[in-house]
Amino acid sequence: MNKKKIYSLWFLLPAVLIFVIFFIIPMVTSLFFSLTVWDLKSFTFCGLDNYKTFFSENSLSISVKNTLIYAVLTSGLKVIIAFFIALFLTSKIKTKDFLRSLVFFPNLVSAVAIGIIFKALMHPSKGLFNTVLAAIGISGPNWLGDTHLALFSVIAVDVWKGVSISTVIFIAGITSIDSSYYEAASIDGATRWQTIRNIVMPLVRSSTNTIITLSLIGGLRCFDLIWAMTKGGPGFATDVLASVVYKQYAAGFFGLSTAGNVIMFAVIAIIAFPLQKFLNSREVYN
Amino acid sequence: MKKQKRLTLLGDILGCVFGILIFAVPFLFMLINALKDRKEANLLRLSLPTEWMWSNFKEVFSANNYQIITAFKNSIILTVGSLIVLIIVGSMAGYVLQRRSDRPVKIVDTLVMTGLMIPPAILPTIWIMQGLHIYKTMFGMIMVETALQIPFTIMLYKGFMNTIPVELEEAGYIDGCTRSNLFVKIIFPLLKPVTSTIIILNAVTIFNDFTNPLYFLPGNDNVTVQLTLYNFMGRYSSSYNLLFADVLIITIPMLILFLFFNKKIVDGMVAGAVKG
Repeated sequence: MNKKKIYSLWFLLPAVLIFVIFFIIPMVTSLFFSLTVWDLKSFTFCGLDNYKTFFSENSLSISVKNTLIYAVLTSGLKVIIAFFIALFLTSKIKTKDFLRSLVFFPNLVSAVAIGIIFKALMHPSKGLFNTVLAAIGISGPNWLGDTHLALFSVIAVDVWKGVSISTVIFIAGITSIDSSYYEAASIDGATRWQTIRNIVMPLVRSSTNTIITLSLIGGLRCFDLIWAMTKGGPGFATDVLASVVYKQYAAGFFGLSTAGNVIMFAVIAIIAFPLQKFLNSREVYN
Repeated sequence: MKKQKRLTLLGDILGCVFGILIFAVPFLFMLINALKDRKEANLLRLSLPTEWMWSNFKEVFSANNYQIITAFKNSIILTVGSLIVLIIVGSMAGYVLQRRSDRPVKIVDTLVMTGLMIPPAILPTIWIMQGLHIYKTMFGMIMVETALQIPFTIMLYKGFMNTIPVELEEAGYIDGCTRSNLFVKIIFPLLKPVTSTIIILNAVTIFNDFTNPLYFLPGNDNVTVQLTLYNFMGRYSSSYNLLFADVLIITIPMLILFLFFNKKIVDGMVAGAVKG
């Protein structure tokens, strides 16, 4: 049968057209516009000036560091926490359906809404967190106002919101493990921890890899939660690449903003593509 | 054995206590504070309101000249419009991309899959939209949302096409079915399960999208629900009751969706993630 005849390339055209016009062309032209001073109408070529400014201004270059901290910590914490929640939810408990829904729901609420709720909970003097801490005699920190703490507070909220998707991926991975492995282990007298360490963990490696890649990319691109909670502040303590792109856009520095955008591409490409290769090479097949 | 049972019960109880404490209390906090008067809500306490202020919702609705109603209208148009385009172009593309494996198809495949990782280039997109005279228009916004969700949509359609036997198309082809009829009458109806997954997942993403409307659809007439939330944050930073009431109104559609399609959403997200 002639495949070319039945599966016409014309079927691809609408999708490719939309994707190329609104995604690929902007991506490619951004490389050029990041080298210019630009107001959307006219531009002057300025070489690598935007990149030089980006890396020499502390308020801008800090965003690269923050983005990396944010992405690595959120994805690491999500993997670890989600793994244990998933183990718990695949045990013999009866309320697992209820608990799964409970853990999952924050995922459907918009980041801005979550940001508003947690900003109130983290209020330094009257927020619920510090009221509870005060009740047991600890004077709570200024969660979002302290320059050393703010980034980690936002990271915690991100993990709270996003841990569910990692959890359900782990649950799918764990339930697909053949029960004969557990039987063999229990005949050999393995403890619960040995079973987890030597059976469950290697056999969910592909789920782990998916979660690491997904949440790392998500973390590198994150904007809305940070913007709703801190707007990059206090100072520049929680500025990430995406928030710098927005700030420079709002300030009218379009070339600089685009340079930030290109740096974001580069960071993601440098981290995500090799990481995926590395993780895939370590997968165990059962 | 009895010990085992007791241990599970303990697990159930502890799981529920911690689960509710960690994942439900923030929403409960929002709910009860949305129903207090301004002074009481600004104390940010987790206590029942002394007076139930249902009028907060009315006030939120009428704020800014009933902006929230415009916003809901815009968000619904944006979500539904993007979904229709996505399903049509995505299913067609996924179908051919899975069935063929020659060079042009491979190029398109790699091209589309970069979109799963790389974020959009914001300002050049605005520049293109201005060039096409569709910046700040609903049509332009629909096109951008579609472009951003195309990779994910195609990936899901491709994955599902794997499970549909080629013999169906061969039989149809031999019986003299035209190419477009083959797709419209035979293949597309078979894609229904994955289409419903795609509808739900993309609806959640697009309805909750804040960043892209912020960039590509500015202006008061074009406001979407997530942007009203953001505007409220600036205006009512000292009236938590109204702020939370707004959050609540905007979250309700998601809550309803979740109550009805809980299993479908969770399964769909797993399928989407694992295939990526």
